[in-house]
Amino acid sequence: MNQPLRPDVGEPASAVRAAGGLRLPRYERPSGLNPPLDSPAYRSSGLRHPTQPLVLMPQNLTEITGPLLGSGRVLPGDADLTRQHDDEPLGQRIVVSGRVLDGTGRAVPDTLVEVWQANAAGRYRHLRDQWPAPLDPNFDGLGRVVTDSQGRYTFTTIQPGAYPWGNHHNAWRPAHIHFSLFGRAFTQRLVTQMYFPGDPLHAYDPIMQSIPDEQARQRLVARFDLATTQPEWALSYHFDIVLRGRLATPFEDDDE
Amino acid sequence: MSDVPPAPAPGPEPALTSFGAPLDGSRLPLSASQTVGPFLSIALDWADGEQVVPVGTPGAVRVGGVLLDGQGEPVPDGVVETWQADPDGRFDHPDDPRGASASSVPGFRGFGRSSTNESGHWQVLTLKPGAVPAADGSTEAPHLDVTVMARGMLDRVVTRLYFPDDDHCDDVVLAAVPRHRRATLVAVRREDVPPDAPPGPDVDVRLDIRLQGQDETVFFDL
Repeated sequence: MNQPLRPDVGEPASAVRAAGGLRLPRYERPSGLNPPLDSPAYRSSGLRHPTQPLVLMPQNLTEITGPLLGSGRVLPGDADLTRQHDDEPLGQRIVVSGRVLDGTGRAVPDTLVEVWQANAAGRYRHLRDQWPAPLDPNFDGLGRVVTDSQGRYTFTTIQPGAYPWGNHHNAWRPAHIHFSLFGRAFTQRLVTQMYFPGDPLHAYDPIMQSIPDEQARQRLVARFDLATTQPEWALSYHFDIVLRGRLATPFEDDDE
Repeated sequence: MSDVPPAPAPGPEPALTSFGAPLDGSRLPLSASQTVGPFLSIALDWADGEQVVPVGTPGAVRVGGVLLDGQGEPVPDGVVETWQADPDGRFDHPDDPRGASASSVPGFRGFGRSSTNESGHWQVLTLKPGAVPAADGSTEAPHLDVTVMARGMLDRVVTRLYFPDDDHCDDVVLAAVPRHRRATLVAVRREDVPPDAPPGPDVDVRLDIRLQGQDETVFFDL
């Protein structure tokens, strides 16, 4: 059996009013993890990054809370992108599963995960995607799932294709699936991308390479798993996502 | 055929993450951000995304503005998300130490999401939040926390929206902002929008978000 993860259910330790204020959990502040907003190799970052220094923000109530969006935002069928039309989309059928965790190692249960992606030919169903690859009438490329009590999610889709973009000569995005996550606090909001193992385009992609640390880049690469690959049906990929950790309330060990 | 690796024996999954870290309750390295890209509206457009409160809620105000890049051009492929307390300054959330409190406003969600349109406009329908106590014992002026994401942005940026006519003097977040930049965080009433402002949405309270350049919006390190 797996080591059960401790679901993050909100510890009552914070429900104490300290002298003159509130005791609130806090969230770790990563440094050096995320891509710099000014990443010249990604050309369109040029006019879309702040040039003034960021102002340090305390984590108060608005920041340590957030929308607890769950099953109310998901319809039956949202977890299977291959069954949203009368026929199945073309492409390699895959099952993507994983866990949403936080930096303290705890599962993030009951949280909304939104995914979107190109079709097997590398084309998005979007007005502004006009490159000469076919749309698939049976594929919209949109999925929504909610994690279970252990932070687990699963969805079925097809392997997306690579596609060209205008960033530089012969620029191609590696195959990827976009992920949007809320966690349980405004501080935990994360939008990222899942990549596929062994893709030769990784090294040439300024978006993936904008992440400074090689290990952090590799954490966005899903793991192919034969053991959970379904015979005669679908390849299996695992992709775990780690949101900023919810740390203990400061002074939690003080005498009450 | 001799190169085919043997299938792993069926059995319990190893207690490892997909990137090989042990899942034993110890600390984990975080996942990095990537851009939402140009096609975010495929997933992030909700029919009711802009409704922090349902249409028809008494006293609801339309809050919005234009998202602009470093040359003052509208950003048509971005998304603005808002999060806020209810009019009583409460959050329906277990980490609010005053106790999770379902809002007295029916259908109050607290969260708004607006993909920018071709003109870079965003807007949400909401109720002005109440003031919120801060951990240091002070009181924060009514505010929305705001996330901005777009093609060209590899990470989200975080800012705030304050309302006109409030006393912002004691707000601990604004206090950390250089005085001459604070106005970038304070929305203006419709009648006070300067005539030379870029064309904007039809809203009651307006705040433009400038990602770069003159009057660049203040963004926070959260």
